[in-house]
Amino acid sequence: MLRRRVIPCLDVADGRVVKGTRFVDLVDEGDPPELAERYAAEGADELVFLDITAAPERRGTLLDIVERTARRAFIPLTVGGGVRSVVEMRDVLRAGADKVSLNTAAVADPTLIERCAARFGRQAVVVAIDAHGAEDGTWEVVVKGGREATGLDAVAWAERAVGLGAGELLVTSIDRDGTGAGFDTGLLRAITSRVHVPVIASGGAAGPDDFVAAVRDGGADAVLAASIFHRRIHAIAEVKAAMAAAGIPVRLVPEAVA
Amino acid sequence: MDYGAGNLVSIDQALTTVGADVVIARDLDGLRDADAIVVPGVGAAEPAMASLDVAGLTGPVRDWAAGDRPFLGICLGLQLLFEGSDEDGARTLGVVRGRTALLEGAPTLPHIGWNQVVRARPHALFDGIGEGADFYFVHSYAGVPTTAATNAILATTEHGGTFVSAVARGSLLGVQFHPERSGRDGLRLLANFVDLVRAA
Repeated sequence: MLRRRVIPCLDVADGRVVKGTRFVDLVDEGDPPELAERYAAEGADELVFLDITAAPERRGTLLDIVERTARRAFIPLTVGGGVRSVVEMRDVLRAGADKVSLNTAAVADPTLIERCAARFGRQAVVVAIDAHGAEDGTWEVVVKGGREATGLDAVAWAERAVGLGAGELLVTSIDRDGTGAGFDTGLLRAITSRVHVPVIASGGAAGPDDFVAAVRDGGADAVLAASIFHRRIHAIAEVKAAMAAAGIPVRLVPEAVA
Repeated sequence: MDYGAGNLVSIDQALTTVGADVVIARDLDGLRDADAIVVPGVGAAEPAMASLDVAGLTGPVRDWAAGDRPFLGICLGLQLLFEGSDEDGARTLGVVRGRTALLEGAPTLPHIGWNQVVRARPHALFDGIGEGADFYFVHSYAGVPTTAATNAILATTEHGGTFVSAVARGSLLGVQFHPERSGRDGLRLLANFVDLVRAA
């Protein structure tokens, strides 16, 4: 049976892992390949790197980190942040990433999803959707790290992205991100009930129960978190044990060190 | 073998880690001193076959695989061994009878993540790996051997329906999952492959 995945996310800026609250107030939290290897040993099912500065002149730094990570951690790696073209996606895949996540650039030009899927296959194309809850109970897509509203309905955008070739969706609640208030299971359910590609839940994890809720109530295939793992508030094994106890199929790594 | 179908860094590193001497081959010359060919890759069959054709590798790789020389196909590299693909209608190598078809009854597609690989029979490729161990998959299609070719089935996996996740026929081996991305068990499988090649 397909396992539900637990995915540590490494927000990378200028070659270091950082984490802020609501994408600001960044704090340095370590060397990406080193953290990646540690997570792989601790039972991470996959890794996500989000390059949150992604200034074009620093692109080489990211590619170097991707390659060093791919050579140390023998688990899948998704890289996102600032990828704007088929050529940039190719470079990231060549450096050793398995999947690339597209966000702001895909909203600006949805044909990017189609072109990347045609070239690399839809399994390599993750579309990241940052969503903000509106007062009427719907969710709006925001871009540029949550700083800019788009007027797009998040559920409608999710369906369109899948139609264009997204093989997976990474859904982040900007309202919950970095707050520890739990995942927005309403947002997740609204999307997972409408698409048949895997959905990764992101934004708001505080403890193991939140991971259980993202899968059970939100219908997520995978659950992503950053701070609680980087700061060793909870171990991956502890999160997976809670998921397994709730009847969710997970990959247990017996030799994992907590 | 590099034919433009995806990430070579991880397979290169994984094979090197388990003691193989890896050469990235892009043409016939690159295969000259090879003891075994590993064909990785993700994506669709048609562009992959076109790249093999351009590199002049379609015939040599088919002959190698059909000639029972050590071969490991990974993901698309396994799918190409069949006769054709339903994904884009491509005609593929035809070394194993059957076609590549969409996963039937799958609750989510692509099938992405760790899933159990259940062996149909014992094989040295899985030495030291627990029964039903999890490996990493990322695909929507899988090879379906014809009735005459079912003896090549080495393992199966469930995602809605049951599909073939590994094949073995003599020295010809193929896996639908990604051992280079499947942690410790994945490295063990590649080490077993290297041992099989050395014993051949």
